[in-house]
Amino acid sequence: MGEFEVHRVRFFGLVPAGVRCLAYQSRGSRLALARTDGAVEIYNFGVNYFQEKVIPGHETRSVEALCWAAGDRLFGAGLSGDITEYDLARLCVSHSVDGGGGPIWSMGANGSGTQLAIGCEDGSVKLYQVVPGGIQFEQNLDRRKGRILCLSWHPSGSHIVAGSIDMFRVLDVSSGITVQTVMVNYHVQKVKRECIVWSIAFLSSGTVITSDSFGRVQFWGWEQGTLQESYTVSASSALSLAVSESEDSLIVGTSTGATYQFQLLPVKMDSQEKRWVRTKPFQYHTHDVRAVAHSSTALISGGLDAQLVIRPLMEKVSKKGYDVALRRFTFPHRRLVSCARKARLLLFQFSQHLELWRLGSTEETGKDGEVLPLCRMPEHLVQLKSKGPEHIYCSCVSPCGSWVAYSTASRFHLCRVQCEGSNISVKKVPEVPKLLLPAYQLQFSSNSRRLFIGSARGSVHILHLLEPGGCRHLHTFQPPSGSSEAIYLLASSTDGLWLAAVGGDWVIHVYNLKYLKYHCTVPMYNCAVTALAIHPLINTLVIAYSDQQLFEFSILKKKYTSWSRMVQQRGLHKAWLERDAPITHITFNPKKPSHILLHDLYMFCVLDKSLPLPKNSTLLMNQNTLKQLPETARKQELHAFKICKKFQPLLFVDLLDDNCLVVVERPIMDFKTQLPLPIQQKKFGT
Amino acid sequence: MAALCESFTLCGLSPTTGVGLGGGLLALEPGPDPDHVLLTDRGRTTTLFKVSDQKPLGCWSVKHGQVLTCPVVCNFETHEYIAVHDDKVLRIWKNEDINLDKVFKATLSADVHRIHSLPNGGPVVLFRGGDVRTLDALLEAPQQEIENIISDEVIKWSEAFMEGKQPVLVFTTEKDGDFFVYVQKLKTNNLHKYKFEQQELSKPMSFTAYIKNQIITLLCLCSNDCIYKVLIPLQQNTEDKEQILPKSLLLNLSVCGSVLKGTSFVVLDKDHIAVLGSLTASDEEPKECLTIWNTKFQTLQTSKELPLGTSGQLWCYEERFFFTHGKVLTVIMYKCETSSLAASVGKLKVRQTPDVSAFVNWNALGHEELADSFQSQQSGALKYESKMVLRSNRNAVANVQTDNLSVGKVLQNLKDVPTRIFEDELRQLMSKAQALDLQASIGSVVTALVNRYKTNPKHYHRNFLLEIVQAYDLSYSLCPDLMAVALENKDVRLLQTCLLRFPDIPEEITCSCLEIFLSINEDYLKRIDVNLESVICYIDIGSDNKEVKTEIVENGFSTEQEEGTWDNQLAEEAHLTNDGELCPVGPQKAALLNAVLCSAYSEVFLLPHLKNLPAKEAVLFLRYLFYLYVKCSEKINTTLPGMSSPTINQIMDWMCLLLDAHFTVIVMLPEAKLFLSSMHKFVRAQVRFYSELNKIEGSLQELQRLHQQRDPQTYSIEVLEII
Repeated sequence: MGEFEVHRVRFFGLVPAGVRCLAYQSRGSRLALARTDGAVEIYNFGVNYFQEKVIPGHETRSVEALCWAAGDRLFGAGLSGDITEYDLARLCVSHSVDGGGGPIWSMGANGSGTQLAIGCEDGSVKLYQVVPGGIQFEQNLDRRKGRILCLSWHPSGSHIVAGSIDMFRVLDVSSGITVQTVMVNYHVQKVKRECIVWSIAFLSSGTVITSDSFGRVQFWGWEQGTLQESYTVSASSALSLAVSESEDSLIVGTSTGATYQFQLLPVKMDSQEKRWVRTKPFQYHTHDVRAVAHSSTALISGGLDAQLVIRPLMEKVSKKGYDVALRRFTFPHRRLVSCARKARLLLFQFSQHLELWRLGSTEETGKDGEVLPLCRMPEHLVQLKSKGPEHIYCSCVSPCGSWVAYSTASRFHLCRVQCEGSNISVKKVPEVPKLLLPAYQLQFSSNSRRLFIGSARGSVHILHLLEPGGCRHLHTFQPPSGSSEAIYLLASSTDGLWLAAVGGDWVIHVYNLKYLKYHCTVPMYNCAVTALAIHPLINTLVIAYSDQQLFEFSILKKKYTSWSRMVQQRGLHKAWLERDAPITHITFNPKKPSHILLHDLYMFCVLDKSLPLPKNSTLLMNQNTLKQLPETARKQELHAFKICKKFQPLLFVDLLDDNCLVVVERPIMDFKTQLPLPIQQKKFGT
Repeated sequence: MAALCESFTLCGLSPTTGVGLGGGLLALEPGPDPDHVLLTDRGRTTTLFKVSDQKPLGCWSVKHGQVLTCPVVCNFETHEYIAVHDDKVLRIWKNEDINLDKVFKATLSADVHRIHSLPNGGPVVLFRGGDVRTLDALLEAPQQEIENIISDEVIKWSEAFMEGKQPVLVFTTEKDGDFFVYVQKLKTNNLHKYKFEQQELSKPMSFTAYIKNQIITLLCLCSNDCIYKVLIPLQQNTEDKEQILPKSLLLNLSVCGSVLKGTSFVVLDKDHIAVLGSLTASDEEPKECLTIWNTKFQTLQTSKELPLGTSGQLWCYEERFFFTHGKVLTVIMYKCETSSLAASVGKLKVRQTPDVSAFVNWNALGHEELADSFQSQQSGALKYESKMVLRSNRNAVANVQTDNLSVGKVLQNLKDVPTRIFEDELRQLMSKAQALDLQASIGSVVTALVNRYKTNPKHYHRNFLLEIVQAYDLSYSLCPDLMAVALENKDVRLLQTCLLRFPDIPEEITCSCLEIFLSINEDYLKRIDVNLESVICYIDIGSDNKEVKTEIVENGFSTEQEEGTWDNQLAEEAHLTNDGELCPVGPQKAALLNAVLCSAYSEVFLLPHLKNLPAKEAVLFLRYLFYLYVKCSEKINTTLPGMSSPTINQIMDWMCLLLDAHFTVIVMLPEAKLFLSSMHKFVRAQVRFYSELNKIEGSLQELQRLHQQRDPQTYSIEVLEII
């Protein structure tokens, strides 16, 4: 097919923040995850674990606990002392209430989701009623000295168990008094260190399970306060604990990165008597496992190494599907890089700043696999710091490289960047129109004259960019039938006629930019859209879904193309469908209209529509095989998917011109070295 | 494994359809639906049966005076029945018709031999003169002219197939004892004629055929009680020349002395054939029976006696056999599973000539590569059919292949000749053996030599046997008695050679060799020519036994000075203790022991035999092993110099095995005590040394890892080719 000159970029210094807490909602099979930088993410387990929503963090808003209540309302609480409710349609904080007990360490909702209990720094447990549109303070339970680090409701809602330092307490909800106090280090004599109860669970049988800083997992009968069983799983802390809904299995996360499963098993075959037994150890993380969750079919753990690991329980999975494989997520399922093709610039988005780089160049050519000598090194042009505590939602650089736009929760910035030789000037466009903020996605038109802004309620704003540095609001598209969800992906056509936008409801609307009106809606496919793009020559919309399906929709004819129908009829290759990561970016080669370039975290693929689709019996990744074949024999082996796995993990791929690619990699080891050191462990042989 | 299952009677037969050859039915054809058959008797009636219900569904007869001359068939596409009576009159009717007089009638211009109905191709009519028409073509003009292609040959058998979309008709004819095969492709209308390979004593009696991969496989049952296979490729360039088809033996229908006189047979799957016939034992009445044979392993899988007699006809549809038994038409179901060797050999085994050691030509067994195995099967066929006069053949160079089988008889003839002539004759025999069967014939020669020794212990062909073993790639299983005889004669040179060359020596024999080697007198060994190449590099051959046992001067230092007097005194006193420097055995014995060390074995099987080794020998062997171990450890690469010397792993394995087998004995023996302790010391030192190496390796590995990591830079422009 041809040779590419690949600009292999590894200087994007992204360090994903560690996972602080997890909350699994089994009804909607969604997982809420909070990171140490305060960002909250929602993973939808129903659509191949796609990270469907991201609420960027905030400097002052740490999240120590998350919980789902009253159906699908998500609450968070943190050391700022506030209880926050998140608006999952607009991806922002809907309202926030001061807990009144100092920093909040823990939070839990009762079984019916009508009440929230928070554990505070001052040792109090406070109850809040979940009411429509907010929460209402209800009651203060018995306050004792010592911060409440963890708490758990009895499934019946009658009692709360609260873990503190050296002890835990059982509180009666109706009377608010402490009915039991248990000292957890009573059995350990001569110990001077304090024992922190990091996590606690209350089973319907009355058993209380604690995990503590001595690395112990202990099972207590709460009424007598007796220790039933004690397991030491780690030399350092056992930080987190989660019990399955059926209360027969639990997962413990430790500060060494190991997680352990415990199961309630009969003592003998067919015996009625059951005991908790430590069954499976796992070592997926390198750092503290601060958060764990237990779905009905999988163990979920999140660590300070920024990894989310979903480990399916094979005995609970009935059929072989996407769910049976181990999944690890480290990087976001969306683009943090944008590229100015013409100016050969890259814009990197960090949580609170942007970096603009100019790519290097070479004058040499070479053979496959060769590294070419550089005649110009890449150049860090400018760093744009976002002011204020808010984190950046989205950013974009225009194709000509002279405009940069980004948005935070409350502010939208548009800058004019001018490079003249080594002089770089960044001028902020002073009077940007007042828009509905935040912006969730930004996209410049290919001639850099317009900026499209994906906004809340499915609306898209169009700004007209003016030389030398101004802008004017041109129009706002609204979805014809209305929507409450925010736009998260945009695609515009090269000829400037069409714009496609998709929101959190996964409906794709196409708008006509010439007449500034709604054009059509792509037939609903009940899966999350992970990437979309419009072909520069034939104006077809290529859509990638999180179940790895690919569709091609003709905008003019308002229907799927025959190629797309053919793909659906034949089906994609099994290995393609079983891939781990979603497609995050689609682009085209104007010189070769039949080619579609797509990439996910582990590969990039040139999809040649003119070639036959691979059959399930053939090898999908056949590039290496092809390279060994003589030219003449290659022809029969060729198929549409030309996959390259050389660059990993791949955050971004784009085509600069017809034989020049830019790939942005972020090797795991590079960012692991920037994490705090894990607990040193003696390894055999070192 | 094939098996016959339950049987039942489909229907009684009218008295006219008697039992015995020539009687019986005209034919049994598949009916319009599964589980239906269409029976045509030799008179004027045809009956449709539903087999599982054992019930007739319809019966049609032609008028008195008319005779059905061709089996009634069913047109699977239209569900019509087609009959021919009085050779020329065609009748076609449907299920609803009752009276055959009133149904469609067409009179043809020539005699019909048979009609074949194909599931997707419609019926095909074969005329006696060899011409073929599809029924449709014929019905357009019933009186069209039909050629006589085969002149006065008589059609013996015919069959039709679908090859892709085109019907193919195969039929065989006979004229004056010559057999011909015709293949007619209907669409392209091209006819091929082939001639059967001539066979002196047998003539084909019954045929069957199947088509696979564009090759027709024609099987024929011949009067010499063998089934032959003939391959007819369909894609053949049109050549007018009459080609001769070679045939290869597929199956010999003989079972331990009794022979099955087959009358008809059917192919069940790629490995199984069912034959109906009478089993004739030498001294018994012939018994008719139905048999299933495995062609892959040449075995009889199952058989069922049919005491009431049959008509010699056999049909098979949908996993059911149909044949007349007494006065009824019997149905037997069968199961035919993929055959494995283990399952097949359970039943009676075919044995041809017991005096020749069996040699299986594995190449001939792969059934899949039909074309490839063609040649080897041909030679296999020749092997089986060799019935030549043996002596006269021995000098005929052209017909060498028959020689190896006659070895047994040659040897019988040579029974009483003097040794020298005997050996010469055998040498001649071996020189003639061809590559394919070389090992088999050499094997039989060796067996003959061994047998000759057994009958008369004077005849031990020491040098000749050694020569054979050295010259050819033999194995233990080809001449199982050879090593036993060599052991008996203490022929250590031959044993050494066998140990080095045979890949499959049983552990028991290996152990017996070991025992003999250890116990044999060193002085005796010195007089024997043993292959010393494995020891020549590390044991000083020149030093005689006495020197070895006492002292040796190395690099100008006496061991006495080096080791100190204490150790040496002890060594002198006990004469058995060893400081690890001196070889406890002489070079000849060491070479023999090395042969044992290098031979293949399995621990599980070796251990019980090793336990029988006497304690003294065990200790000696252990000391020798330890000596080798120390020798190996002297060099950094832990290998002994020289050709075919044992490797360190072999030495260690044997050491462990020996210690396992004789642990208690060795611990108890006072003379082993000192030696064991020095061995322990040495091993402990080695373990320490290796653990140090382990650490170094860990560090080096880490370095390597770091090196790899540093490699990629933060930015590079690379060239990537996507195909």
